[in-house]
Amino acid sequence: MQVKEMTCIRCPLGCALKAVTDEDGNITVTGNTCGRGAEYARNELTDPRRMVTSTVRIQGRKGQMVSVKTARDIPKGKIMECMEALRQVEAVPPVKIGDVLVKDIAGTGVDIVATNQAE
Amino acid sequence: MTDVIIIGAGVSGAAIARELSRYERKVLVLEKESDVCEGTSKANSGIVHAGHDAVPGTLKARLNVEGNRMMDVLSRELDFPFKRNGSLVLSFEEEGREGLLELLERGRKNGVEGLCIVEPDKLRELEPNLSPDVKAALYAPAGGIVCPFGLTIALAENACENGVEFKLDTTVEKIEKMPVTGEGAGKEGFLYRVHTDKGCFEAPVVINAAGVYADVLHNMVSEKKLHITARRGEYCLLDRTVGNLVSHTVFQLPTKMGKGILVTPTVHGNLLLGPTAQDIENKEATCTTGEGMGKVLEQAAKSLKDLPSKSVITSFAGLRAHEDGGDFVIGEAEDAPGFIDVAGIESPGLTCAPAIGVYVANLLQSIRPAALKKDFKAYRKGVPGMSLATDEEKQRLIKENPAFANVICRCEQVTEGEILAAIHRPLGATTLDGIKRRTRAGMGRCQAGFCAPKTVEILARELSADMAQITKSGKDSGFLVGYNKGYEESREAFVSMEDREEAQA
Amino acid sequence: MRQVDIAIVGGGPAGLAAAVAAVRAGTTDVLILERDDKLGGILNQCIHNGFGLHTFQEELTGPEYAARFIEMAKELQIPYELETMVLSIAAGEEGRKVLTLMNRREGLFYVEAKAVILAMGCRERPRGALNIPGYRPAGIYCAGTAQRYVNMEGRMPGREVVILGSGDIGLIMARRMTLEGAKVKVVAELMPYSGGLKRNIVQCLDDYGIPLKLSHTVVDIDGKDRVCGVTLAQVDENLKPVPGTEEYISCDTLLLSCGLIPENELSTGLGVNLNRVTGGPFVNESLETNVSGVFACGNVLHVHDLVDYVSEEAKKAGEKAAAFVQRDDGQENPQEVTKLSEKEESLAVIAKNGVRYTVPSAIRPYCMEETQIIRFRVGQVYRNACIAVYFGDRCVSKIKRPVLAPGEMEQVKIKKADILAQERLSDITICIEV
Repeated sequence: MQVKEMTCIRCPLGCALKAVTDEDGNITVTGNTCGRGAEYARNELTDPRRMVTSTVRIQGRKGQMVSVKTARDIPKGKIMECMEALRQVEAVPPVKIGDVLVKDIAGTGVDIVATNQAE
Repeated sequence: MTDVIIIGAGVSGAAIARELSRYERKVLVLEKESDVCEGTSKANSGIVHAGHDAVPGTLKARLNVEGNRMMDVLSRELDFPFKRNGSLVLSFEEEGREGLLELLERGRKNGVEGLCIVEPDKLRELEPNLSPDVKAALYAPAGGIVCPFGLTIALAENACENGVEFKLDTTVEKIEKMPVTGEGAGKEGFLYRVHTDKGCFEAPVVINAAGVYADVLHNMVSEKKLHITARRGEYCLLDRTVGNLVSHTVFQLPTKMGKGILVTPTVHGNLLLGPTAQDIENKEATCTTGEGMGKVLEQAAKSLKDLPSKSVITSFAGLRAHEDGGDFVIGEAEDAPGFIDVAGIESPGLTCAPAIGVYVANLLQSIRPAALKKDFKAYRKGVPGMSLATDEEKQRLIKENPAFANVICRCEQVTEGEILAAIHRPLGATTLDGIKRRTRAGMGRCQAGFCAPKTVEILARELSADMAQITKSGKDSGFLVGYNKGYEESREAFVSMEDREEAQA
Repeated sequence: MRQVDIAIVGGGPAGLAAAVAAVRAGTTDVLILERDDKLGGILNQCIHNGFGLHTFQEELTGPEYAARFIEMAKELQIPYELETMVLSIAAGEEGRKVLTLMNRREGLFYVEAKAVILAMGCRERPRGALNIPGYRPAGIYCAGTAQRYVNMEGRMPGREVVILGSGDIGLIMARRMTLEGAKVKVVAELMPYSGGLKRNIVQCLDDYGIPLKLSHTVVDIDGKDRVCGVTLAQVDENLKPVPGTEEYISCDTLLLSCGLIPENELSTGLGVNLNRVTGGPFVNESLETNVSGVFACGNVLHVHDLVDYVSEEAKKAGEKAAAFVQRDDGQENPQEVTKLSEKEESLAVIAKNGVRYTVPSAIRPYCMEETQIIRFRVGQVYRNACIAVYFGDRCVSKIKRPVLAPGEMEQVKIKKADILAQERLSDITICIEV
């Protein structure tokens, strides 16, 4: 039996979670105040994921950036690879919120979308 | 051929430069920092002392009273903030009365006008927020406050406009005293070769106004050694919301326990507390210390009913140049004719500066007379100040240049127009600190949190530089280390992008 | 002089939500005044996610959250002036307010408003206010300034970073700078607890192995031109550095995340009374300050932890300002209203025992809505403590909470019916009971 204590990051409440994994691999979560908490704890034990937010350059505009995010959570282990890939990206204006700027970043199957506009 | 080299562009060097620029002389100022007013002149009390502290008969006493009297006219000529707000020396003990009388007597001997002892009742009227422990005070209506940057920059700009050349970022490394004959030689046949990190400069006259380093320079050419100790003074500056707590400059009567800490409004409406006095070895150690700042707040609290120590917006330390003899050392070095020291200029050096300028100019006239310039411009206009302008003045400035409507520094309400004016003028600002001292942008309660990125951008644009090249105060004080998205790689990408753009254009 | 019903000072999240609410409540003549070159305020540089769970039931980044409100404002055709600085607000005739403004297009000009909503936000506490000894080199930034450089200007302010203060912006920047290739060596926090949200400690520090040193502070800054190192020391229970615990850490950057201060210079100029604890105005249940017709919301009122609460609060300020203007326009009998409010007792809301302040700090029962939210922060970390509400000296509710922390804003709800049911009530107290 394995016990792991963690803070839920799914919302600002920050519930103190306790996840117990029994011999059969079943996970029981306590301390959560909503279903998202239980889901978070299970994911943290099996496949921890994070959303990545960053910026990419705008083509032809020195020093100007447009903010982006991964459309969904990506595996935690892929974060730096994702950042590395973003270095090479230049967004072509005009950019609207939600525009897909990179398809399948770092082999995660997740797209990079713009979170701001650039006219 | 340069006639005079002035080493140091602090308030003394700048005042001397301005006075010398009245004459037909070719004057060169060498300054190791990237701007004028970067040493002792930038970190002091900003007080125009009445003149009751100095021992009668000393150079300090004479130049103090003279400098004080010059300040009104000078501030009108050169458009810098000066206010004759009067000063008080407080005694917290009955026994202190004698000390106050002694100061009063000294002041009278020095020629200070209007001095008188004030009793507690009258004192409350003058300053309602003073501590009830005050037993008596010496009142000096001649005391005043000045913006030390405003004064120094104004003097330097005016000198520059009148033909004085300034070489900034130029550090003197060695001075050679060379006997010569013929044209260009000094009175006794000396020519000084000043070696710097930016090349050699020669002149028959060198004026040593190098602040805490004046002893080092002097000792390069003279066997009669000088010794200057850097005396660190720490200060706390408080927000403008508490700037009207006192209207006079409030000193404490020196006692066995120490020289006391002053509380004064500044010309810009802040409240200033300080300084401490600590002799240190390191002539660069302008750092503040926990003890020093604690001492400033603790001792300043003695003067007031309630010191709003929570309103501190910044603290700083300056080094005063204390010469072992205790008086200013101004004059030709005995064994180095033409090498004029302006050394040991500690308090009240700021007050004295205009008088020092005249004193040195006259001295030089006696050694090597020169004709007065016909086209000397005595007047200089400062950077327009939007925050204090009337609505009509604001309208006029905006009409001239809409940049005056673009507020960059929120706290001090400094506009882009003022920043542009600070950059594009004689000896214009090239650094963030330079902008700050000329316009007050970043001087307020957020201490440049909001405006620094914008100011850096304007500086980069106007100086045709990259933002990463803009510094806080020259040398290695850059703000930014590179581009986001991986350092050099992405920088290269940006550069190649620029190349592409250029190629397209 | 241009006349408007409501002038809103600030086009950030608070100003936008207030403007939208005011227009939806029936006041069409609203004007937003924004000093920056775009609407959205500080959200424009907050590119991280975590915004909007309450308001939109989804997790958005700062610019996305702002864009939702900007869109609403544009749909409602709410006029706004960008790059326009409000220089001062003064009392005009018949209770109206005169704003002095400046921009490139119109120069110096004036706007007269029946009501004003203060939504100027806040600024960061700078190094000077923290009394950190040492040199004054380049490389010391407030975390938000660094955030602007990195996220909006595409620049890196440093490579080796120490962060003082564990406020949310500092934590967010620890992650952000790390992702951009900087080395964040440590986050030092003076207090024995973090000033930020717990989730940010997990996802910004723990995820990247950045140590958080509680009860530590910077006691010296080294470097004449650019920061080359800082000295950290542990502090005792009186927050004084403990001699012998000093540790030198080389770095080229010191970020400060040591608290936010509401920007109330305009408010005080107008005669608005400020609460020394929050640095924001005292307001009543309608978010109206002591100056009639002047409302406040968002971080200029008190520093919030979540923008969602800013929007909620600002909505109320917008609605109440609209009601004020409509009443002023004679849609209600103004004399009657005056009489009513004169006659009306105002209840003080008292913050006690661990509760640092409350917003609002006064409630006029007849003016309040059916349910009134009272927001506050606690002064220290509590475990298994209760938030207690007293009407006079009678305890009316106790809510048990596993953890209460200063970094998080708390709230209680008060029912109008309960207040009206209580006779001769003079005050309401919110306190923490262990």
